[in-house]
Parts: sequence; structure tokens; C-alpha cells
Amino acid sequence: MQFEYANVLVFLGLGLFLCAFMMGLGSLVRPHNPERKKLTTYECGEEVQGDSWINFNIRFYLVALIFLIFDIEVAFIYPVVAVFKQWVADGNGLFALTEIFIFISILVAGLVYVWTKGDLQWIMKVVVPVKPADDPKQSQSPKVGGTIYVAD
Amino acid sequence: MQGFIDSLLATTTTGLSRELAYLGGMIGFGALVVFGFILPMAGITSWLERRVWAKIQSRVGPNRVGPGGFLQWLADGLKNLLKEDVIPEAADPTLFRLAPYIVVAGFVAAFVAIPFAGSLIIADLNIGILYISAVTSLVVVGILMAGWSSNNRWSMLGGIRSASQIISYEIPAGLSVFPVVLLSGTLSMQGIIENQGWAPVDWHMFHSPFTLAAFLMSYIALLAEGNRTPFDLPEAESELVAGFATEYSGMRSLLFFLAEWGNLYVIGAIMATLFMGGWQVPAFTDNVVLLTVAQFGMFFAKTYFWVFVAMWIRATLPRVRVDQLMSLCWKYMVPIAMVNMFGTALVMVVIPEGSRLMSYALCGLMLFGLVRFGRRVNYHLKRSRRYDTVGAIMPV
Repeated sequence: MQFEYANVLVFLGLGLFLCAFMMGLGSLVRPHNPERKKLTTYECGEEVQGDSWINFNIRFYLVALIFLIFDIEVAFIYPVVAVFKQWVADGNGLFALTEIFIFISILVAGLVYVWTKGDLQWIMKVVVPVKPADDPKQSQSPKVGGTIYVAD
Repeated sequence: MQGFIDSLLATTTTGLSRELAYLGGMIGFGALVVFGFILPMAGITSWLERRVWAKIQSRVGPNRVGPGGFLQWLADGLKNLLKEDVIPEAADPTLFRLAPYIVVAGFVAAFVAIPFAGSLIIADLNIGILYISAVTSLVVVGILMAGWSSNNRWSMLGGIRSASQIISYEIPAGLSVFPVVLLSGTLSMQGIIENQGWAPVDWHMFHSPFTLAAFLMSYIALLAEGNRTPFDLPEAESELVAGFATEYSGMRSLLFFLAEWGNLYVIGAIMATLFMGGWQVPAFTDNVVLLTVAQFGMFFAKTYFWVFVAMWIRATLPRVRVDQLMSLCWKYMVPIAMVNMFGTALVMVVIPEGSRLMSYALCGLMLFGLVRFGRRVNYHLKRSRRYDTVGAIMPV
């Protein structure tokens, strides 16, 4: 048992060594002449405007949040499915099945909730309320209560 | 492997202590697998991939270095070795350097639990498949690190997109493993294979319609996790230059691609192990060595079949859009994978012994589909040849 898990450590070490070896081998033969222009950030030939460490789309955060919840649930199911065969052999199959069903139902309820809240929608529709203008000419324009589509 | 070292220790009288012999054996075997199998295999896969695309797209492909261009991968490696290592001024140098290490370490570690043959496995971990899905997701950390540390807008977007894609598809990939674990009652890779037989009817894939669906879900999800076409958004050249690898050059970028090509083999190995009976061959001989070679050949062939299908898909299909990617995962694959899991459990309770009739029927259905597909391909090939000789433009 310990032997088997020691192998995992050895392989992680070998993976790191593989990279270090190849980089080290390269450093013996490759040229090294850095230059200001060469070290600039690639922006398809344009002058670089500021940092790229900026606020990115909040939707990626939402995806990560949904993933976290589901992944924990998946981790909880692993031990149950591993012993399910034994339970069926012992004649407790129906009981285990009901339990799995209840657990999956909770999962599905979570998915349905996220779905109906529109968080699975990548292209979101944001409705911007527009106050009716005092000017009667403007209020007749069809642009009252417009929608904005937010794309990636 | 432990047994092998034990027997070696018993027969030879070296003054080595047991722990030292174990450590030496582990590092020796590990180095053999990493440098003797993974590295050439990933390289040869890159050559093979380019040749296969070329054939599909009526081109020649790399054919200059060695017979049929076979040594192209060595030439590419040498070329990248001689390239300057550029780290942009604006980048975070530590994280920038660290990222390929994490990606490669995660993918190399997956090979610990891959069962090449009945007795050819580095370590038959009792949590095999869980372990593989855990270490392969180390790649996300590396990619996110690469994308963020480059301080480049393309890299940043590519890295974040990649991370969101990989973590999303991890859910259907994980859920599609469950039908197999339910059937075999173990997470160990060897245990899963031993639960199947060499004949296709005994494969997990044909146990019930649910496992057949889980098999397809699994392949799609694994392709998406490996950033393969049609899910290669993180490296979408036409919109993100090279995604998270934009600022990487020379050896460092090669390490990312090494992990990508090597990952193809891991995907194939997971498919072969979980659903297609792994190394199972009919017991045709008592010779252990011969049997092991046959098992290794069988496993390799099954794995490479899936590698080939991934290449084929890459040469054929266009890339999906980012919103299609997300809706495919969360609105289709996750619910279907849940139904598959529950359905398999239901089948197990209703028919505990499994139904041979159902297996044969599903097998027949698959065979019918394959024959039909073959005939279709044959028809189109014939037709295109006919038009080629006349010199007419093929009607659409």
C-alpha cells in the first residue's frame, strides 16, 4: 500500500525532473540575447496599453462556483457507488437505490435552480429599465425599455 | 512491481536494504516509463497526428526526416531545444517558469495507475480512476498559472477560458465513470478490467443502454478536458492567437504540447480500461511472457484507436462557440450523465446478473452501425474517385 503511493511521489518527481532536464539541456545550447523590443508583451504588433491583470468577466467566477458545488457532490457519490455492488449482493439493492435517487434528486434540484436563475446562460440578457421621458416626443420612440446583450 | 523486486531480492545477494532496493526499483522503472515510453510516445503521436490530418485533408504532411517523416518529432524537439527562451518583461517570472512543470508533472503522474497489461502496471492503486481524474486536473492549475503570469490579454483570456472549460467538463466526466464503478464495485483500474471479459459482449460498454450512453459522454467529456477539437477554445488561433501559450517559446511551449499529446494517450487508456475491457485477451497460452506481450498489444491497440478517433475528429469538425460549449456541458451532458448513473444502478437492482440478451443486442446494434458507416464511407470514396478521374467538380 505504502509502496504504491510512494510511486505516485516518484512519478511527480520524475515529471518535474523531465522538465528541469529538458530546460537544463536547452540552456547549454540555446542563445541568450534579450533585447527591449523582444521582451515586450505580444499584442499583434500594437503598442501594449497597460496591464492585462484586469477584472475579467464575472461569469467565469459563477462557473467556478457551480463547479465547486457539483464536484463536492461527485466526491460524495464516489464511496457510495464503490460499495453499491456489495449492497446489491447482500439484498439491500433497493434501499441503496432509493438513497442514491434521493441524493441525485438534490443534485438535480440544484442544477434546475441554477438553470432557472439563468446562470447557465452564457450570453445573458440584461433588461435595463428606462424611465418614461417627460418629453412626449421621446416617449413615443420605440426605444423605451431596451435590452442589452452582454457577450463574452 | 513490489513482487518483482521482492523476487529479485530473494534470488540475488546484494547487500542492499529492502527500502533502498524499493526506492531504486521505483526510480528505475519510473525513469524507464517516463523517458522510454511517455516521451517517445508523445512525440510519435505528434508526428502521427500530422500525418493523419494530412491524409484526411489530401495533403502530404511531414515526410522528410526519416522514413515517411517518422523522425520529425526528434527534429522538432531538437529545433525547440535550440530556440531562445524568452520571458516577457511584464510577466511574473516565477509563475511563468513554474507553469509547464505543473502541467507536465500532472500528466506524467497519471501513468502510475494505467494498466498496460495484467502484470504491467506501476502501482495498482485502490483508488485508481479517482486518482487519475485528480492528477489530470492538476493541468488546470498550470494552465491558469501560465495564462495569468504571462501578463498578456490573449494568454489571460485563454487561461481563464481553459480553466472554466476543464472544470465544467470534469463533472460529466466524473459522473460517466460512475456506471462503471457501480458495475465493478471497485475503483482500482485492474479490478475494473478484471470485471470485464475479452469478448465485446462482456465489456462494460454493452452492459446496458445506459453504459453505452455513459461511454459516449465519457469520450466527449475527456476530449473537452484535454482541450481537443472541437473543444479547443483555449488555443483558438483565430481569436486568441495561441491562448495561454502565447508568450511561451521554445522548450517551454513544447512542454505544454508534450502534455497535450501525451494526454491523448491517457484519454485512450481511460476509455479502453473503463468501457472496452482493457488488456483482456483470450487465454491462448500458458506462457506468461507471451501472454503479457499480447495483453500489452491489445491495450495499446485499443488506446491508439481512441487516439486515432481524436485525430480524426480534429481534422474533421469545426470548433464550437464558447456559449455552445457551456450549454452542451451543463444543459445536456450533466443531466444525461446523471440519468446514466441512476439507470445503471436501476438495471443492477432489477437484473443483478446482467442480461446477456441485452448485451448481444447492443453489440449487434453497434456492429450494424459500424457496417453501415463503413458502407457509407466506401460509397463516398468510390464516388469521389469517379469524379476525380473524369476531372469534374464533385457535386455537393
